[in-house]
This record gives sequence, structure tokens and C-alpha cells, in this order.
Amino acid sequence: MRYFGKKSMIAAALMATTSMAQAADVEVLHWWTSGGEAAALNVLKEDLSGQGIGWNDMPVAGGGGESAMTVLRARVTAGDPPTAVQMLGFDILDWAEEGALADLNAVAAEEGWDAVVPAALQAFAKHDGKWISAPVNVHSTNWVWANKAILDELGIAQPGSWDEFVAALDAVKASGKTALAHGGQAWQDATIFDGIVLSVGGVDFYRKAFIDLDSEALGSDQMVEVFNRMATLRGYVDDNFSGRDWNLASAMVINGEAAFQIMGDWAKGEFLNAGKTPGEDFLCFRVPGSAGAVSFNSDQFAMFGVSDKDAMSAQGAMAASIMSPSFQSAFNVVKGSVPARTDVPNDDFDACGKQGMAELAAAAEADTLVGSIAHGHANRASVKNAIYDVVTAHFNGEYDAETAAEELVTAVEIAQ
Amino acid sequence: MSASAQNQAVQTGRITRTFIYVFLLVASLFYLLPFFIMLVNSLKPLSEITGGNMMALPQTWTIEAWGAAWSTAQVGVEPTGLRPYFWNSIKMVVPAVVISTVLGALNGYVLTKWRFRYDTILFGLMLFSCFIPFQIVLIPMARILGMLGISGTTTGLILVHVVYGIGFSTLYFRNYYAAFPTELVRAAQIDGAGFFQIFRRIMLPSSGPIIVVCVIWQFTNIWNDFLFGASFASGSGAPMTVALNNLVQSSTGVKEYNVHFAGAILAALPTLLVYIVAGRFFVRGLMAGSVKG
Amino acid sequence: MAQASDVDFKTKLQHWIPKVVLSPSLFLVLLFVYGFILFTVYLSFTDSRILPSYGWVGFENYSKLWRLSHWTTSLTNLGIYAFLYITICTGLGLGLAIFLDQKIRGEGILRPIYLYPMALSFIVTGTAWKWFLDPGIGLEHTMHLWGWESFKFDWIKNRDYAIYTVVIAAVWQTSGFVMAMFLAGLRGIDSEIMKAAQIDGASNWNLYRRIVIPLLRPAFLSAFVILSHLAIKSYDLVIALTGGGPGRATELPATFMYSYTFTRNQMGIGASSAVIMLMTIAAIMIPYLYAELKEKK
Repeated sequence: MRYFGKKSMIAAALMATTSMAQAADVEVLHWWTSGGEAAALNVLKEDLSGQGIGWNDMPVAGGGGESAMTVLRARVTAGDPPTAVQMLGFDILDWAEEGALADLNAVAAEEGWDAVVPAALQAFAKHDGKWISAPVNVHSTNWVWANKAILDELGIAQPGSWDEFVAALDAVKASGKTALAHGGQAWQDATIFDGIVLSVGGVDFYRKAFIDLDSEALGSDQMVEVFNRMATLRGYVDDNFSGRDWNLASAMVINGEAAFQIMGDWAKGEFLNAGKTPGEDFLCFRVPGSAGAVSFNSDQFAMFGVSDKDAMSAQGAMAASIMSPSFQSAFNVVKGSVPARTDVPNDDFDACGKQGMAELAAAAEADTLVGSIAHGHANRASVKNAIYDVVTAHFNGEYDAETAAEELVTAVEIAQ
Repeated sequence: MSASAQNQAVQTGRITRTFIYVFLLVASLFYLLPFFIMLVNSLKPLSEITGGNMMALPQTWTIEAWGAAWSTAQVGVEPTGLRPYFWNSIKMVVPAVVISTVLGALNGYVLTKWRFRYDTILFGLMLFSCFIPFQIVLIPMARILGMLGISGTTTGLILVHVVYGIGFSTLYFRNYYAAFPTELVRAAQIDGAGFFQIFRRIMLPSSGPIIVVCVIWQFTNIWNDFLFGASFASGSGAPMTVALNNLVQSSTGVKEYNVHFAGAILAALPTLLVYIVAGRFFVRGLMAGSVKG
Repeated sequence: MAQASDVDFKTKLQHWIPKVVLSPSLFLVLLFVYGFILFTVYLSFTDSRILPSYGWVGFENYSKLWRLSHWTTSLTNLGIYAFLYITICTGLGLGLAIFLDQKIRGEGILRPIYLYPMALSFIVTGTAWKWFLDPGIGLEHTMHLWGWESFKFDWIKNRDYAIYTVVIAAVWQTSGFVMAMFLAGLRGIDSEIMKAAQIDGASNWNLYRRIVIPLLRPAFLSAFVILSHLAIKSYDLVIALTGGGPGRATELPATFMYSYTFTRNQMGIGASSAVIMLMTIAAIMIPYLYAELKEKK
């Protein structure tokens, strides 16, 4: 017998789940352990317990879900997968290809998900025409967060174009403050990269280079320009940027030590927690040059295959709860993201949230909604990390823009 | 007492002695510094940490962070603190340490006093097993635990730690028993004592120091393990390191450094206690054990 | 060897008991260590990505591995790191042990101070080190506050020096343990030998250089084995301190292997790097074990 035969493994997984899962509990693997996130998740837990479904919590934090994904692999191999797992982008599709995920079509049809979830998002929540996971939110990454007091003091208007942005950064730098708050970690460098690629080449270039992985586009002059802009931004960060956590960079903008931060909309939570008001204390706008396009990533709960009747109905109930407009609103107000379905009322959201929801809907309409490179919604993990390698090496001055574009072509080729 | 007696032979002058003391004190500062940073900052309110000097003593002393880390900090959906996970760790570490120490002692006893052909090769195989990187065993181990039906249980976790502890515990006991006079074992054999009788009556009573070494080593490694604990324990049965990791690594929100440091010290208390209580025997045990070569 | 002169049942049983006692351990080690090593070797020749799979690809993973620039970076880093770490730990450990062996008052307090870092998990100790080394809030900042404005210590932010900060933290963690091993070795030396040498008029320096240190050879070997195994396995340390950065400047083979196996979903390449790591370990360990075990006979 082959110990690790794929089919036998999945079969074992299904059988084991049957015998282990308690009548109607859900076991949830996630990495939302900070106060606000956990409180938001607790809403879901309470909702389920109202329906008599127990919540078996299995949090594993670290590395933006990296540790959780390792643990997941051990659990699936052991034949004991959790009911639902927080997951991002291509990871979901990878697991779907392994045949490990459940079929949620019954619930989806009943709740009418097809009509309310944007197509770009469905690409990650459906596989072979089957719903396999329930999207919780949509984050977008091409945002700039700015300290309004600093801009007012220096007489800087909200920059609308790349040149205006550079001029604004110059003005801040001249005043002695840090122009761009940034943390030098590979994924943060890549998050900036998302916005810059859109600002240089727009949605078409973005798709050609990073979704189709066209090697000509990857090595093109436009790509060299992207890296040039990255190098320009590098000139505006402070000396101590490397290794800094993103929320400490946000804190620099909040405390008035720095003027701008380019970061996904989860940064908004930091501003709100510090008692700041959008529009009054801080500004949110798209990376100059990328307005109209939205690079997104979406946290989802991928549902793993269970065969026991009770377990299946508990899983279905959980999926339905996640997709209910009330949870989508409650969760996303806290998290800074926007709901994964487009028919959720925006009453409870602040100015930035309302803007984000409107722009998401518009981008979905105009087909300018693209998956984030930095957050695993453009490529598989191997390619994503290969791009990280080049972007972070260039950002840290290992090579110039031309070499970076060449390296990008090679790195992507090896990773495929 | 002779074992721990001070070395009498070297005479040193006053200047040399002063130099030695200065060196030792400076070294102890180096070792204490990170602990000092952790301790001091765990006793400050958060505002003082983010605003101030990390080396400075607290202006307002508070043990709030300690209480939070123990019982109210957010480590999952519910704010439970580290408390429930503490017992999980104890339940895992005690049996794992006991079993691997007993196995190590028996192995060491066999390999030195009941030698047979190729026994050194077997020992070599066991010793080399200390060097296996834990990352590569994760997936196959998960499969085997699944087949045995003990995946996600404390039993499974204990098995994993015992397996990867055998190499070091065997090394310690083998080197210790190698120096133990074999004549005593032979004499007892002639008197008609059996394998286990000799082990219990002759070997065990003089194994104190090496048991201490083995227990310290195993206790530290198993207590501090994160990878196996996260992968092979179920959510509510997770050991303390997993909870600590969830406390510290949370991705968003204000980083409560004071709570993190308090949590880290709390999580390390059992190992620190073992070091301080058993530390006296540690050097003595090593002396007779692993360094004899 | 246990001689079985009588052939009655009990003696036979006595003859077999040792092997029976040893066999469970042997079985566990063969299955969970050597079985898994073989499995990893096999995986390194397959196209495994997210989970093990069995498409045979020959040496493709190995050739991809050597084309990756940060694999070579991680090997170079391991070279620098392991050399410095082992040398400094051994030197510092030996120095502390010799000094502590001079009838020092307060040895009982100093010894646990040197030893305690081994007891702490790096998940959070890493944060303390990260702060201390960070020029913005750590040592440099503190020195500036105390009036030494020109003081500069920003290695952790510098691509070329960051690996040395990993060495500092690693030395902090284990040198106390090495100290304990040497101290034990020193206490085991027959004081008659020392006395005889002193009567012959040897200076302290010569006494240690010519007589004591050579006698510590077993301790050196044990220290070398333990340190090299820790160096090769170093993982938490790098993750907590630098996360492999700035850029990929402090990547080590252990972090490389983990990231390819688990975060990049390229298990095949991860397995091939593991095989190379294991071969490196074997190349260091087998000669040592051979020498060690031959001496015993």
C-alpha cells in the first residue's frame, strides 16, 4: 500500500472526519487573534450558537496565515481537517484541486450568492462550478493613508497624479518629517508594488504581466519604470524602516511623525482605534495614478469536505451566516474592509468605507477589479513569493531597475 | 562532595582576580539585558513603552499586563489569556519527559553494560537522529498519527516528543554509564541478579546527576516547542507556546508589548524554575555525562 | 559480552532481555527518523507542491534549487553564521568556565544567569533583541539619550551586517550551556596533574594552554556537536529577529527549506534543500561519530 496515495488520503480524511466531528460543531482554523478581529469573529460564533452549533476554536497566528497553512497541511494529512479554514486567493484553489473542499452549491443556490458576489471574487470562491468557500470581506491594497494635519500645515493638497505625489513627498521631506512611513518586510514592499504597477501601466499591463505572466511584459520598459518608481519611494522612507511591522508604520502617520503610508485598507482600523476620523484627521485615497482600478484580496472561509449529515448541515449554516448581510456589515465595519457582497447597505460604514464600497462596485462593473499580487490573488504562492524576492531585493538596493526587470522574468519562470 | 570541589591548583594575583570579577560581571550584564528589557517593560503601562525609553525603569509600576496575559488577553475568539493552555503544556511535558528519560536510561544501560555485536552502530544511528530537521518530519508524522487515530490528541503529541527525544537522552545516559564500573554489574550478575534488578538496585541509585541533565534538556525543548504543538494538538488542547504565539503574532491592532513580555515570562517560568532548582546538579551531571566523550 | 555459560531458560532470557529492551527505541528511530529521511529523499525527486505527490521529475528540483540566488545566499550565510557562532560560543564558554573555576564568590548566582537564556523560547525573546538592536528605540537611541550623540549601531538594518546580529543573539542563547559543559570538564580534571605542573613552575597561562585545554578535548567535541546541530537548525531566531531580511539577507537553509515546503507550496524544492542539509550534517557528523565510537572499543 502506498502510504501517501492522494486518493486514499482524501478518503481517509473523509472517513476520519465522520468519526471525529461531534454532532453539530464547527472547528475553525484562523489567524484572527487580535482584539478587534476576534471580537468580529465572535459575532459569527454567537450567531451559530444561537442555532445550536458549537464553535471549536483553533487559532494559529503568525506570518499573515503562514503558520496556519502549515498546520492545515498537517491536519489534512492526518485525515482530520477542520470544518472551515480562513484562507486567501490561490490557496483556496490549490486545496480545491486536491479535492479536499466541500460543495456548498445547495446553500449558495438557496441564498442566491451568484447574484450578489462580484465575478472577480467568485473566481476564488468557486471551483469547477461548485461553491467551495464563503468570502468574508474584500480588502483592497492600492490605498494611501495620509496625516491631514501635516498636509494642511505644509499646504499640500491631496495628490492626484504621480508627479503631484512626488512633489508632496518632497515637501514633507524638506520639512524634516518622514515622508513615507513603511516597514521593510517583503509583503509590505510588494503591497506598495501593487499600487505602483497599476499607476504605471493600468489594468491592462497589470493583467498581462502579473496574471498572464507574459515574460515580455515582465521584462518591458514599463516594468523598469515600475521599479524606478519603487526606487523613488525608497528615497522617502526613514533609515529604520527595515523589519518594521506595518501597524507601527501606521502609528507613525497617526502620531504625526510621517505624512503618508501606502497600505491596504486594514490600516484604517489602526486610525479608528486611535480615535481618528476619516476626512478630518486622516485622508484615504488611491495610489496616485491608479484611481479607477482596485487591486483586491479577500479573506474567505474555505469549507473542507465532511460527509456526516449533521456536520454538513452545521457547515452549511456557518457558510450562510458568514454570507448574511448583517454579519458582512458588522465584521467589515470593524476590520476596515468592505463586504464581499455588493447588496449590503453602507449605513454603518465611515467615509473611507463608503468610498471603498462604491469604488469596488464601480471597478467590478468596469472590469478594473484585479487580484492583488502581494496577497496571493494574482498567482500561486510559488510565483507570488518569487515576485516578493525580486521586489524586496530591489527595494533594499541589491540591484537597479533594469536588472530587477530581468530578474523578475527569471524568477517567475523558475517558480512556475 | 569531591565532584563539585573547587579547583585548588591555580594561584592568581590580585590584579588578575579583579580582572576576572569584572569580566564575569560584564558577561552577566550581557546575559541579563534582554530579560531586564522584558521584565521592565512588562511592568509599565503601554503608553510609557511606546513613548519612552525601553531601558528606563517604569514611572508608574503596574502588574496589569501580567494579569491580562494570564487571564484576559485575546488568544482566540474568546479572551482567555494563557491560563487554560498552561495545563495543556504540563499534561504533555511531564509524561513525555518521563518516558523519554526512562527509555534513554534503559538504552544507555544496555549499550554500555550488555554490549553485543554492532551495538555502536545502533548507537550511532540513534545519535544521528538528533540532527533531523523537524520541518521534514511534519507531513509524514501527521499521516502516521492519523493512521494510529491519535492525531489532535495529547497522546499523539507525547509520542512525537518521545521519538525525537530518544537520541539525546540515550546519548546522555550512555556516556554517563560508560564511566560506571562494569565490575559492579558483573559481580551482581554472578550473585544471580537479573537485568532489571541490576538496573534498579545498582544503576539507578547513582544516576541522579544525569537524570537531572536529561530532564532539564528534554523539559526545555518540549516546553518551548511550537511547530509540533501547533500541528498535532487540537485547538483547545494546544500547548502554551501556541497560545503565546497567538498573543504575540496577531496581525492587526495595537501591539500590547507589556502583555507580550509578561506572557513570555509567564510561559518561561516552569523552565526557569527547573533551571534554578536543578541548576546545581546540572554541571555535576554534565561532568559525569556528555563531556566524558 | 554477557557470557551465557548455562543454557537454561533463565539465562537465555537474560541474554535476550537487553535486545528486547532496546528494540522499541530502535524501531521508533528507524521508522520516524530514517523512514522519514528516505521519504524526503524520494519527495525531492517528485513534483510535489502543496501535498506530497508522485510525479517523478528526476533532478529537476535540484537544478532549480541551484539556480535560486537566495539558496546560495542562505548557504553563504550559514557558513558565516555557523563559523562565528561556534567559534564565539566555544571561546566565550571556555573563558567563562575557566574564570568561574577560580573559586569565585557568588558562582551559584552567576551560573544560572549564564544558563537561563536556554530556558526561554525565542518567540518573544526575539522581540526583546529586536528592540535592543533597533537603532530607533534600542541601544543606539538609548546612548543618544544618555548624551553619546555620535554612537551608531544599526547592523540589523544593514544588509551586509544583519547576519552578525543573528550571531549575537544566538551566542547569547547558548554560550551559557557551553560554559556549563566546559565547567563540568574542568571540575573533572584530576587536581594532582595541576599541582604537579605548578610545582614544575609552569605559569598559569602555560598551565591552561599546555595541560588543561588538551584535557578538555571531549568537552570540545561535545560542544562542537551540539553547537553545529543548533546552527544548522537555527530557525526561530532568524524569523523572530529579522524575518530573513533586510531583503533576503539573513536567510538560512532552515528558513529557506521551511518557506519552500510550506509557504511557497514547492514541496519538491523544499525536500531537495532538506536533502542537501542532511548530507551536510552527515558529512560533519559521520567522521566525528566514527572517531568517537572507535575510541571506545
